[in-house]
Amino acid sequence: MRRPNVSLWIGGVLTALVVLTAVVSVFWTPFDPTAADASQRLLGPGGEHALGTDKFGRDVLSQIMAGSRVTLVVGLVSVGIALIIGTPLGIIAGMRRGWVEEAILRFSDLLLAFPALLLAIVFAAVFGAGTVSAMVAIGLGSVPGFARVARSATLSIMRLEFVVAARASGRSAWGVGVLHVLPNLVGLLLVQSTVTFSLAVLAEAALSYLGLGTPPPEPSWGRLLQEAQPFLAAQPLLTVWPGAAIALTVLGLNLLGDGLRDRLSVGRDGR
Amino acid sequence: MSGLWRGIALAVARTAVTLLLASVVIFVLLRLVPGDPAQVALGVDATPEAVAATRAHFGLDRPWVIQYGEWMGGLLTGHFGESFVSGQDLSAIILDRTNVTLWLVIPSVVLALLIAAVLGTWAALRRGKVDGFLITVGSQLLMAVPGFLAGVLLVLLFSLALGWLPPSGWVVPSDAFGPFLARLVLPVLALTAVQAAILTRYVRSAVLDVSGADFLREARAKGLSRSEAMLRHGLRNVAVPVLTVTGVQLSSLLVGAVVIESVFDVPGVGSLLVEAVGQRDMVSIQGIVMVLVAFTVIVNLAVDLLQTLVDPRLRVSPRVSGAAA
Repeated sequence: MRRPNVSLWIGGVLTALVVLTAVVSVFWTPFDPTAADASQRLLGPGGEHALGTDKFGRDVLSQIMAGSRVTLVVGLVSVGIALIIGTPLGIIAGMRRGWVEEAILRFSDLLLAFPALLLAIVFAAVFGAGTVSAMVAIGLGSVPGFARVARSATLSIMRLEFVVAARASGRSAWGVGVLHVLPNLVGLLLVQSTVTFSLAVLAEAALSYLGLGTPPPEPSWGRLLQEAQPFLAAQPLLTVWPGAAIALTVLGLNLLGDGLRDRLSVGRDGR
Repeated sequence: MSGLWRGIALAVARTAVTLLLASVVIFVLLRLVPGDPAQVALGVDATPEAVAATRAHFGLDRPWVIQYGEWMGGLLTGHFGESFVSGQDLSAIILDRTNVTLWLVIPSVVLALLIAAVLGTWAALRRGKVDGFLITVGSQLLMAVPGFLAGVLLVLLFSLALGWLPPSGWVVPSDAFGPFLARLVLPVLALTAVQAAILTRYVRSAVLDVSGADFLREARAKGLSRSEAMLRHGLRNVAVPVLTVTGVQLSSLLVGAVVIESVFDVPGVGSLLVEAVGQRDMVSIQGIVMVLVAFTVIVNLAVDLLQTLVDPRLRVSPRVSGAAA
């Protein structure tokens, strides 16, 4: 009998909730998240505004709902970038030893020298603070993770009998890579994507906390928290809401990653 | 032994290549900034003469290759140039600010490792019991809390609610040690929390792996007690994975410090970077990013080398690099 996979369930439900919130927020939020109302500033929770209002009198619940969109888009796009660049690099490095592998590893080491958040800060300085430069920077910063996972898995897959047989029967390197190696990486890549997603959410939140992420008025959780900080004494809950949103999203993704790792029996670290 | 030395030489050479490539990337990236850096630094009101003078003073009118060569030459002799905006010597500023950051980072690493060693081992030995379970769940929850949120919550509790510690600011230790310590506690705790949670999970899983291993059972069979077997044979095998993660975490800790310094108004190298980005002071950004990248790369090298020393199995075939495993 299989033990119920608690991580997978809790993680899946939390993640689904965030996705649902983002989808709903496209069509409906209790108030316009960017509509200021000077007569309704810094209200506590309860009443008409379920989670209260910020320093401009904007509805916090609406802002948090709308903020989930930035979080998800940044996460999805940066994972996509890292997946699309990192996976082929890793597979090629694992299949072609010699100078090709060496070149890919040096490239990977180079990217590894730039932590995602640092790269994002540099990109914000060069190309201006914004969602696009954040996504590209976080995505590039996450490439080495995918390349490493794909390479080490490819190395062990290449030793398996069916791959050796396929190569012996004359299948091209491309054929082996796409037909035999890639399908066997799906589970690992899924876990790596979930882990990277949660790191991307954290990086985006930190970036917008520093004021270098998504510019106003588009709400983002990190900036909501930063804007609320001066009112910590007067209205502490104002910082708690966006903080809780970030933490629950990251928790959900971490649990989902753990759960998937168990379910798919891949990976070795971080049990 | 020759395998060991060859591995070390190779790792050092690869690190040097990475650093060189990284310096080129940083240099080129910061020249992709739209507009004239001198104009940007001086502002829109600057006269064309003033802009031209700044360009000539900083050598911005010369070819990139020459500019890069000068920057590199300066870096190798410890000169980072001078700030576009303030005209101050960058080497002194960066050194000063880095010192402040190290006051946050080093205690955090030590504290996180200590906490993780105790809690992680405990959680592993008490697996399936309530306290072991609570540690595991607690570390999972804490891992999801971003550093700046931890910082804000700590301020809320210890500064605003209890009034024990100042909410922000910085005092140089040689000026007044007590107030310095008081301002150090919260940022260090904020940085430590997440790291301790991550490391606790790794220690727990490493201890679990080791305690189920054949070599440990054999050690017990030859008459060692459980703790003797763990100390003599297990510790080394726990150390390798934990060391690797600590190295990776150390660079994320440095980047985390950038954010934490903002939360607590600590004048470290991170807030220097954020200030420089705000002022679009490209030469400062270039220098600071180079320092942070160099730190990351050198920590990765140190972890690689330490691993080879701790785990002799890695000596037979020199590890390809930090990126490969």
